[in-house]
Amino acid sequence: MYEHDVVVVGAGGAGLRAAIAAQEEGADVAIVSKLHPVRSHTGAAEGGINAALRDADSWEDHAYDTMKGSDYLGDAPAVEALCKESPEEVIQLEHWGMPFSREEDGRVSQRPFGGLSFPRTTYAGAETGHQMLHTMYEQVVKRGITVYDEWHVMDLVVTDEEDPADRTCHGVVAYDIQRGEVDGFRASGGVILATGGMGQVFDHTTNAVANTGDGVAMAYRAGVPMEDMEFIQFHPTTLPSTGVLISEGVRGEGGILYNEKGERFMFEHGYANNDGELASRDVVSRAELTEVNEGRGIEDEYVHLDMRHLGEERILDRLENILHLAEDFEGADGLTEPMPVKPGQHYAMGGIETNEHGETVIDGLYAAGECACASVHGANRLGGNALPELIVFGKRAGHHAAGKEMDAAEIPTGKTGDWEPAEYEFEVDVGVVGDRGPAAADGGAVAADAEGLIQAEIERARERVEDLLARKGRNHAEIRSAVQKTMTANVNVFREEEGLKRSLSDLREAREAYTEVAVSDPSRTFNTDLIHTMETRNILDIAEALAMGALARREFRGAHWRKERQERDDENWLKHTLVSWNDGEPELWYKPAILEGEAKTYEPKVRSY
Amino acid sequence: MSTQLPKQTEKTDETAAETETDVPSKGDERRAEKRRRADERRRQREAEEAERAAADEHTVELRVFRYDPDVEGKQEPRFDTFHVPFEKGMTVLDALMYARDTYDSSLTFRHSCRQAVCGSDAMFVNGGQKLACKTQIDELEEPIRVEPLPHAEVTKDLVVDLEHFYDQMEAVEPYFQTNEYPDGELEEQRQTRENREKIKMSTRCIWCSACMSSCNIAAGDNEYLGPAAINKAYRFAMDEREGEDVKQKRLEIIEQEHGVWRCQTMFSCTEVCPKDIPLTEHIQELKREAVKNNLKFW
Repeated sequence: MYEHDVVVVGAGGAGLRAAIAAQEEGADVAIVSKLHPVRSHTGAAEGGINAALRDADSWEDHAYDTMKGSDYLGDAPAVEALCKESPEEVIQLEHWGMPFSREEDGRVSQRPFGGLSFPRTTYAGAETGHQMLHTMYEQVVKRGITVYDEWHVMDLVVTDEEDPADRTCHGVVAYDIQRGEVDGFRASGGVILATGGMGQVFDHTTNAVANTGDGVAMAYRAGVPMEDMEFIQFHPTTLPSTGVLISEGVRGEGGILYNEKGERFMFEHGYANNDGELASRDVVSRAELTEVNEGRGIEDEYVHLDMRHLGEERILDRLENILHLAEDFEGADGLTEPMPVKPGQHYAMGGIETNEHGETVIDGLYAAGECACASVHGANRLGGNALPELIVFGKRAGHHAAGKEMDAAEIPTGKTGDWEPAEYEFEVDVGVVGDRGPAAADGGAVAADAEGLIQAEIERARERVEDLLARKGRNHAEIRSAVQKTMTANVNVFREEEGLKRSLSDLREAREAYTEVAVSDPSRTFNTDLIHTMETRNILDIAEALAMGALARREFRGAHWRKERQERDDENWLKHTLVSWNDGEPELWYKPAILEGEAKTYEPKVRSY
Repeated sequence: MSTQLPKQTEKTDETAAETETDVPSKGDERRAEKRRRADERRRQREAEEAERAAADEHTVELRVFRYDPDVEGKQEPRFDTFHVPFEKGMTVLDALMYARDTYDSSLTFRHSCRQAVCGSDAMFVNGGQKLACKTQIDELEEPIRVEPLPHAEVTKDLVVDLEHFYDQMEAVEPYFQTNEYPDGELEEQRQTRENREKIKMSTRCIWCSACMSSCNIAAGDNEYLGPAAINKAYRFAMDEREGEDVKQKRLEIIEQEHGVWRCQTMFSCTEVCPKDIPLTEHIQELKREAVKNNLKFW
C-alpha cells in the first residue's frame, strides 16, 4: 500500500494543476494515471483559454457571457470563481513559460470566440492544450511530484454509511498496467478525481480512446450524484471520418460555413442573424444537422468550413495545426479547398457533483475539470471555458485537499436544501442487473479503520481481476460498440421520446450482456483487454444516467434539444438533474440552479446570437 | 535496427521447465495443452481471415509482431497475420484497432488521442518509425509489417518500455527558469513574435520517441541525451524570457560528454519526426551556441 497526503487521479490539465497546488500548500502529493501525463487529452485542446486580461474587459462580462451561454443552468458562485481567477491563472502559466501567441508589443494575444462579448480567448496557435499540458508537466517534474503512470484506478475506497453525506474517502485501489498487480493508495488529506471526459460513450467523438469517464463512474458508484449528465456538447466542426476536432479558432479568425448549395446558411437560413458562424456551439451544431436533414448537406453527411480567404500567412501564423489535421485525417488542403465538417461529441457539461472548491458530498473526495460539475457550464459550455476550468478548479481542489483555509462554499452538495425527487417513471429497469449484493457503496466493505478498509478493497479488486481473467464469456468490444451506437443514434444533437426510451432498453441489454463479459488475454503484462473491459463497465453506468436525465427533461435548454417541447421552460426546469446510484438502484432527483451572484442575479433571458 | 527483448533468465517458469524435463508436471501438461489450443485457434482464425481476404479484394494484410513474456506460446517472438477490410482514409492505428476488436483482443499497443498529439503510438511500420494514427494504409506496401520501436526494450507486442526515454527528457532540466518577473500584478513577461517563432517548432514535441528510436548514436550510447531531450533544451535555451544566466547553465548541460557533440548529423531523427521538428538543425544550432559561448571566456 502506498501512502500520501493527497492522491490525484488523472494527469491532464486539472490533475496536474491540482497536484501542483497541493504541493504548494506543503502536502505530499502523488498522481495516479492510466496514461503518462503528456498523453492526456488536454493536449488535444486547440482553441484557447478565456480570461479577462485587458482593461477594456472585465470578469463580470466574462461571467455574464458564461451564464448566458449556460442557458442559465450554470451556478453563479462557480461561474464567478472561474471568471475572477482565470486571469491570474493564465498569467501563472505564462510565468511558467507557456509559449502563448504574441502581439506586436510582446503581450499574449487574444482572439474572438463564440458567445463572447470581448475577444478574450488567450491562445498558443491552435495547440493551446498541448502547450498548457506540457508547461504544467514541466512544473511537476521541477517539483519532483511523484507520478504513478500507467496505473488504472479501479475504484475508490469509501466507508459505507447509509447516507453518502456521512461517508469518507480514504484512498483508491489501482491496477498497475505494466506489472499486472493490484495495490492500494491511501490518501489522508483527500482524493482528487481529474479523469477528464467520457466521450467514448458515443461513437463519433473528439475525445481520446482513454476518455471513458472512469472517475465519474467510480464516484457515482461510491454515492456521489452525477449532475446534469444529459448536457453533452456536440462540437460543430469535427472531421467526418475520424471525429478529429477542427478548432473554433477557425471561425474565430473568420472561417465561414457553407452548405451544398454554397449558401452561408448561418445567416441565409436565419440560424444566427447577428453572430453567424460564431454563435454558441449548440446553435451551430443544430444548424448544420438541420441543413443535412433538409437535403442541403454534402454527401448527405456534412457541410463545408472554408478558411481560404484568410490567406496563407494568417492561417500559418494562427491555425497551422488545422492544416495538418485536415490533411492527415481527411486528406483536405485547407489552403486551397474547404474542409468537410460535421458535429461530433466533444464535451460533457455534467459530471461529478461538486461545489466551487471541488468538494463532493463525500468527505475527502474532490473532483475537478471535465469529470466534475460545479457547475460552470450549465446546459452549454462556451468555447475557451474548459481550459480555465481545469486550472482554476484544479488549483482550488488541490488547495482545499491540502488543508488550505478557504471561504465556506455557497453551492450545496447532496440532498440538502431545496432538492426534489423526480416524478418520472422509467419503463425499463435501470441499475444493477440481478442481485446487487450486500455492499453499500460499490466499493464499500465493512472495516474499522482506513487501512483495514483499503486492504479489504485491494482484496476485492484482486478477486475481480482474477475473476475476469479466469471466466469464459463475451468480449467487451461488442458491448461497448452497442452502447456507442445506441447513444449516437438516440441521444445525439436531436432527441425525442421514442429514441431516448429505445436507448434505455438497448443499454439494459448491454448491461445484461456485460454480466457475461470475460477477458481473453491471460497476460499479467500490459493487459489492455482487461483495462478496456473495466472501462466498459464505466461507460455503461454513465450512458444510463445520461439517457435517464435526457428522457426526463422535457424541454429545450442549451445542448439538450427535445422534439416534444422545443423551448426553454424556466418555470419547471430551471434546475439541475441529479442521478444517485443508491447501491445499484439509480434515483433521479433535482436541485435548483443558483443564479444569485456576488453582486447581482443573472435573470434568464432569451438566448439569441 | 534491432528489436530488443528483455532478458528471460530470471523467469521462474523457464527454470522450472528446464529442471523437470524428464517428468512433465501437471502444470506443464496444462500449459502445453493451452498452447496447442491457442495455436490451433490462431491457425483457424488466420485461415478464416485469408478466406475472407480471397473473397473480398478490399482487405489489407498486416504482419504484426507478437511477444508476451507472460503467456505460453508468446514468449518466442513471432509475427501474426491479420486481414482487415480496407476503408478510405484508414490508418495503421485503425487497422490495428479493427484487428484487436474483431480477431484478437490480446493484441496490445498504446494509443489514445487518434490525432497525433498524445504521442502514444509510435511504431516501426514497414521499416520506419511512424505514428500509427497518422500513417495512411494506402500509402504503404503490403503486407504491412508492424513492429515495436527498435532500440527500446519490448514490454509486449507493440508496447516498448519508455522509462529510459523519459529519464533522458528529464535530464535536461525541462522546465522554465528565470529570476526576473515583471513587477505588476497580472503582468506577463514580454516576448517578441520573432522569439516565439524561433522556439515554436521545438515546443511541438509530443514525446513519441520516434527520433530516439531512429538514432544510431542513441542506440550505441545509452547515456546520449538524444534528439528529443536536446530539442527540449533548445526550447528553453532559445527562449529570451529565461535570461543569460540560465542559458549559460543550459549550454553546460547540453555540452556534457553525452550531449550535442555526439550527434553526427545523420538527420534520421528529423526524417522520422511526425511533428516536422527540425531536430538536427536545433542540435547544430546548440553546437554553434556552445562554441560561441566558449569563445566568450577566452
